[in-house]
Amino acid sequence: MASTDIKVDSPSPNKVVDKNELLKKRKERNIKIGKWVMPIIVFMITIYLWYWTVQVNNIPHYILPDPFLVVTTLIQDIQILLSALQVTIQITLMALAVAVVGGVGLAILFTQSKFFEISFFPYAVILQVTPIISIAPLIFIYVDNRTVGLLLCAWIVAFFPILSNTTLGLNSVDHNLKDLFKIYGANRWQKLLHLQIPSALPYFLGGLRIAGGLALIGAVVAEYVAGTGGIGSGLAYTILEAGYRLNIPRMFAALLLIAGTGVFIFAILSFLSHLLLHKWHESALQKEN
Amino acid sequence: MNNDSRPLLLELKKVGKTFSEDIVALRDMDLKIHSGDFISLLGPSGCGKSTALRIISGLTEPTVGEVDWKVSHGSGAIGVVFQEATLLPWTTVEKNVWLPFRLQNKSFKEKKDEVERSLELVGLKDFTKSYPRELSGGMKMRVSIARALVTDPKVILMDEPFAALDEITRFKLNNDLLALRETLGCTIIFVTHSVFESVFLSDRIAVMAARPGRVIQELGVDEPYPRGESFRTSSSYGVICRNTSEALKLAMEN
Repeated sequence: MASTDIKVDSPSPNKVVDKNELLKKRKERNIKIGKWVMPIIVFMITIYLWYWTVQVNNIPHYILPDPFLVVTTLIQDIQILLSALQVTIQITLMALAVAVVGGVGLAILFTQSKFFEISFFPYAVILQVTPIISIAPLIFIYVDNRTVGLLLCAWIVAFFPILSNTTLGLNSVDHNLKDLFKIYGANRWQKLLHLQIPSALPYFLGGLRIAGGLALIGAVVAEYVAGTGGIGSGLAYTILEAGYRLNIPRMFAALLLIAGTGVFIFAILSFLSHLLLHKWHESALQKEN
Repeated sequence: MNNDSRPLLLELKKVGKTFSEDIVALRDMDLKIHSGDFISLLGPSGCGKSTALRIISGLTEPTVGEVDWKVSHGSGAIGVVFQEATLLPWTTVEKNVWLPFRLQNKSFKEKKDEVERSLELVGLKDFTKSYPRELSGGMKMRVSIARALVTDPKVILMDEPFAALDEITRFKLNNDLLALRETLGCTIIFVTHSVFESVFLSDRIAVMAARPGRVIQELGVDEPYPRGESFRTSSSYGVICRNTSEALKLAMEN
């Protein structure tokens, strides 16, 4: 066979534009902008429709107040609402703190003793699957102190995701790393501190974000059940009371604050998660790109 | 290199491991490891080569027989490299290499020189502050090797360390591993299922068979070190590879 010359393709001098890649890039950019713009547009349309419905149908404000009345009420009643919000936030944060200590503590106990885990885990599940609203009345019968009762309710709801996620995380240690620690003669404490706890951190933070929202829900639900008003009652009671008086604008204003608080808690915990994980964990890396 | 001139480091005496009645992972394994040896355990999957390594490292107790150490072996006497780099993802390269010392309650400051030297040996001294995720697969493996070296261990156990890497990276790491061994004179027990890798690297190959796992033949690779790329293309390399392949074929048929 005759030998043939091997031709090496040289890059073409013209700049070749790939239509598909260009389209893909444009789409990505649109999504990036749309992520912020679209929810705002939806928000404005909703507010406008709400306002328009109230105006056109002449709906009285004790049935459905228009959005501007809600904002006006929020400003007018801000003192009452803020002091109620403060109570709700206090209960929520305290419950969350106790849930973190209890959930993480129990998870660590679980991983240290398998017997402890198999003895107590079913009861943690039962506590979790029973609706808080059905336990709360009993709690307020047996617990005299109202704050302690509220705290207990919020804690029951919030602690489970922390417990189950942290337990999962502590048990999800790479088995080669476990072997490595054993070969280097690590004791139980070193293994927990240098291997299991860092491994569990992303799981714990995932649980914490869920627990933050749940603690707020628990605090609000428990207050509905507790029902007693007076000084030192939270936003849930404000809503109940305003409902009795047909003060619908205030109900909306309080609702707005509760929703805002929930979003704020979620945002703070997401930020905390990002701070702790962005240097090394997959979940935080994808956001950067 | 002549085995007899080097002191005996450890000896496996009739070591066997039975997981359940019908699963015999290892039977009657005898193996002498001298200081400075580079021994490959070569065999098909299920031949107990990883089990043998786990028994030597102390992770698994043998069912019968014993591992007779001729020297004292405390924490840090054994270095290990797994198939995956097995690094702590939440901390930097230098802190990963420090880990064996950290578990001996020795501070980073105290051991900074050792850590730096070890990373320099594997060619990563510019990456001390990097996180594992920033490194390629080959570089992660280098960190893993640096960590195994850092305690100046009596023996380094490597369980198919380069099996997950591409061939070009594997060749490079093979060369570098031999260079490291020239510098440090370390003893290495290397598990692999690659004939070529075992011949290129080791001075002795224990060919193992499966069901039950056992050593069926020990081959010496009488080629002087240092071995470089020229050895890979030499005719003697080809001959040894063929002999080893035949032994392995025998092991598979058994």
